Amino acid sequence: MARTEIRVAGFGGQGVILSGYIFGKAASLFDEKFATLIQSFGPEARGSACSAQVIVSDELIDYPYIRKPDIMVAISQEAFSKYSYDLKPNGILITEENMVTVSGDIASMYDHYTVPATRIADQLGRRIVMNMVVVGCFTAVTGLLKKDAVMKAIEDSIPKGTEELNLKAFEKGYEHGLELIKQRKEQVEEKA
Amino acid sequence: MKADKKAVLTGAHFIDGDHAAGEGAIAAGCKFVAGYPITPSTEIIERIAARFPLVGGMFVQMEDEIASSIAIQGAVWAGKKAMTVTSGPGFSLMMEHIGFAAITETPCVFINVQRGGPSTGLPTLPAQADMMQARWGSHGDYEIIAIVPNSPQECFDLTIRAFNLAEEYRVPVLVMMDECVGHMTEKVVIPDPDEIDIVDRKFTKKPPGEYTLFNTNGEMVPEMVKAGDGYRIHLTGLTHDEKGYPAMSPKVQQTMLRRLVDKVLKNEDKIRDLEEDQIEDADVVVVSYGITSRVVLPAINKARKEGLKVGHIRLITVWPFPELYIRELAKKVEAFVVPELNLGQIVHEVERCAAGNAVTKLVPHAGGAVHAPEDIYDAIKGVLTNA
Repeated sequence: MARTEIRVAGFGGQGVILSGYIFGKAASLFDEKFATLIQSFGPEARGSACSAQVIVSDELIDYPYIRKPDIMVAISQEAFSKYSYDLKPNGILITEENMVTVSGDIASMYDHYTVPATRIADQLGRRIVMNMVVVGCFTAVTGLLKKDAVMKAIEDSIPKGTEELNLKAFEKGYEHGLELIKQRKEQVEEKA
Repeated sequence: MKADKKAVLTGAHFIDGDHAAGEGAIAAGCKFVAGYPITPSTEIIERIAARFPLVGGMFVQMEDEIASSIAIQGAVWAGKKAMTVTSGPGFSLMMEHIGFAAITETPCVFINVQRGGPSTGLPTLPAQADMMQARWGSHGDYEIIAIVPNSPQECFDLTIRAFNLAEEYRVPVLVMMDECVGHMTEKVVIPDPDEIDIVDRKFTKKPPGEYTLFNTNGEMVPEMVKAGDGYRIHLTGLTHDEKGYPAMSPKVQQTMLRRLVDKVLKNEDKIRDLEEDQIEDADVVVVSYGITSRVVLPAINKARKEGLKVGHIRLITVWPFPELYIRELAKKVEAFVVPELNLGQIVHEVERCAAGNAVTKLVPHAGGAVHAPEDIYDAIKGVLTNA
């Protein structure tokens, strides 16, 4: 795996950029990989569709923009509609279960996973950690980054005093991701 | 001199080019920044404003860029290292004072995080279209030094070098970033303070009365003084003699201007910083700078894999232009391919220096994004077919 392109998309304020930042930091500071993060943003700071472009590679990254993402994470409908056009066929698509509706024929083009991140975050008491649930699910489903590297990157990137809640949210998302992978395997075995 | 231990955040960071440039300035010993926030450079002064109280610096948000670009020169003459930070429209407003810094030989740093223009243009999107403005934007003859980083790491390293060159040559040094490099986040390793070389200002040891402001004593640049030390000086944007007094004669103009220009041009080889890759056997050499120097790599690698003899020159210092270097190289290669995020600026310098010895092919881009590597590959292929 020389180069993996990731797009995280949502609306400004959901923690989209922070999620991308954590992936990049985990890869380049806490694992022995290279990473770039580019954020596309308009003049509006909050509430409009925004996207983080992350590239993770075993080699120094030359071209820093994504061209055909291997993985897309979408946590708002608008961002999904705006940015999903270039996801690679059969690429990994992770969506927030209650925020994004993906029609069956579109979902069948990709390796699609959903995560009820908002609901899980609400159960933990703070909706604000929804993005960490998504980060956890991403870590389990993609297997791209080491779990402990992502956890270190989270601790290194969030306000002091919020570590426990954020890591708990991450763990819940991670567990959900593992469950999805297990279900997927069982489905494959049933077919076989 | 080595960097101040308190000021350097030694370690590995995942930060963007803007933040890295701010850290570079702090590590270089910058103690005064004046600026007026403008996208995509704002994060630099945000970083500075947050960090300066911890390291004994002063940041002032000025009323505009004109004021910012002269306030820093006041700080320099008060003995500090200083810089200002801006983007396109603000850079246009600063032109007058780049000329003032040049004629008064005030060592200072300007960072321009380039965005699409002209005028308000594309505030949040990249361009490399201020390269000629950096060189010629103020009126009159003068020389500056311009450095172009291509990564957050270089935003840190080269901002330090910018301060060092400013002190060594007593010129304004322009760090010509672009939106892409400024807003890209990547690993930045900040070394131990003992590993960071800092050039300190050469203050005179002569007592007041024996010191003259612009007497070089046979050196390249004169020694400086600072306000409050008891030296009576007259500093002016008018053509001046060695004492600093206005002297508007063709003879004084010739002497003053010649030295302002020569101190940079005659040291071009010492200032020059560029990277060569696979040029030994190259038929075609891609000449690039800034973010474009990363974008060209997939194209060059693809062409090489197909057996095309392509090399790459990355200009890290663009001004003074490496004229002698390109002249010599032009005799050995068939063509230069020059991709830039503008409709043709540095390509004119390459073409001038090639002087007909090699074909020069521009790969233009109006800005707002970076080139598609395919466009650069096609240009390489094109010049080889037509050569």
